[in-house]
Amino acid sequence: MTNPTPISLTVNGESVSAQVLPRLNLADFLREHLGLTGTHVGCEHGVCGACTVRVNGDIVRACLLLAVQAEDASVETIEGLSDSGEISDLQAAFQNRNALQCGYCTPGMLMAAQDILTHEPQADREQIREHLSGNYCRCTGYHAIVDAVEATARARSGQAR
Amino acid sequence: MKASAFSYTRASSVTDALDLLALHGDQAKVLSGGQSLMPALNLRLSAPALLVDIGAISELRGISESNGVLKIGALTRHVDILRSPDIAKHAPLLTEAIAYVAHPAIRNKGTIGGSLAHADPASELPACTIGLDAIIVVRGRNGERRIQAADFFTGIYETVLSPEELLVAVEMPVAKSNSAHFFHEYARRKGDYAIVGLAASGILEGDVFADLRLGFFAVGDRPLLAAASKHLTGKPVTASMLADAQAALDAELDPQEDQQASAGMRRYLARQLMARCVATLLGRPELDARPRA
Repeated sequence: MTNPTPISLTVNGESVSAQVLPRLNLADFLREHLGLTGTHVGCEHGVCGACTVRVNGDIVRACLLLAVQAEDASVETIEGLSDSGEISDLQAAFQNRNALQCGYCTPGMLMAAQDILTHEPQADREQIREHLSGNYCRCTGYHAIVDAVEATARARSGQAR
Repeated sequence: MKASAFSYTRASSVTDALDLLALHGDQAKVLSGGQSLMPALNLRLSAPALLVDIGAISELRGISESNGVLKIGALTRHVDILRSPDIAKHAPLLTEAIAYVAHPAIRNKGTIGGSLAHADPASELPACTIGLDAIIVVRGRNGERRIQAADFFTGIYETVLSPEELLVAVEMPVAKSNSAHFFHEYARRKGDYAIVGLAASGILEGDVFADLRLGFFAVGDRPLLAAASKHLTGKPVTASMLADAQAALDAELDPQEDQQASAGMRRYLARQLMARCVATLLGRPELDARPRA
């Protein structure tokens, strides 16, 4: 049973079937098997948040989920969210506010930010900071990221400055 | 790092899982939400031959209340506890504490059973079960065992659970009208493991603690039910009673030193948490007067 195991799942709306080793985590599956390298791999033990993806609508750490556990799941990556236009305003806000420098954390940041914008559209800065607390950024000092998320929240709720 | 190779099987029921565990013994590891196990595998701190994935066993999921007992299935995720009106009503300590457990993306996968079985001495939920006088329900092929939370944890990542047993649920008495609770932890970053924390519940009769359960965590190799609380019950708390309780607490602690804090700092913070807890529950801020530098 350490042999490749068949899995079937949906990734960004497309059905995917593959043979994977049980030890392969979802982040490596997305990157190495599907070529979806927007999901970044940082710490590989759930601390940095760079590998954040959505599974069945919930954000999760792709490094802490085995590919075999994603059987029948619906996985959405940064490629899916950006291609569909779901987060185009958030991406523009990140650009406008200089909320990224090296860009390594950005896919995970966008995933976590879109999660709070979806579930708590009226979130204030403190709530945004708390929701992003599981995502490390080593360049920006976070201030600009919080600015970008807050600006998006205001724009979406029709209170754009 | 990447996990070393292992085999993987998905258990279809509790019986199926117990058969697999009986067959493979300590060569097998139970995979629940994986939010503690996967880091250990990726860091190669653990290298089991087989993972038994219990994630699809629906009978282990869910929250229910009957006859004054709140029951939480082992597979109930942290996010489910956070959002549950039943938990907020019957065990508000858990609602408050769960917000300190890691970060949203972890809470979407991590389970209460996984957290308790993992038994990290710095994690919140084991201390909550002690503070709430919970029963941990485990099942083996020969039947069920019901274990007081205070007897369940035996060391760093160690419990009385045998490799052939499965933690299936946790049960606790529902909060009474005169129940009060307190939760706080000190951590460098919101969501990190605590430097020191306290999950407490008490019964208040007027301005007197009829009962007070103090579940400290990150103060030793396992969560601690502080016997020092006996200095605080039965009569109105005075500053000297609190000082006695703090001294008794200090004698019970066996804190580790690590990169986050010295043992002495942990002792200091635990004493401060005790004062803060008592002052908060009694509504008497003067009991939490900090010494001026």
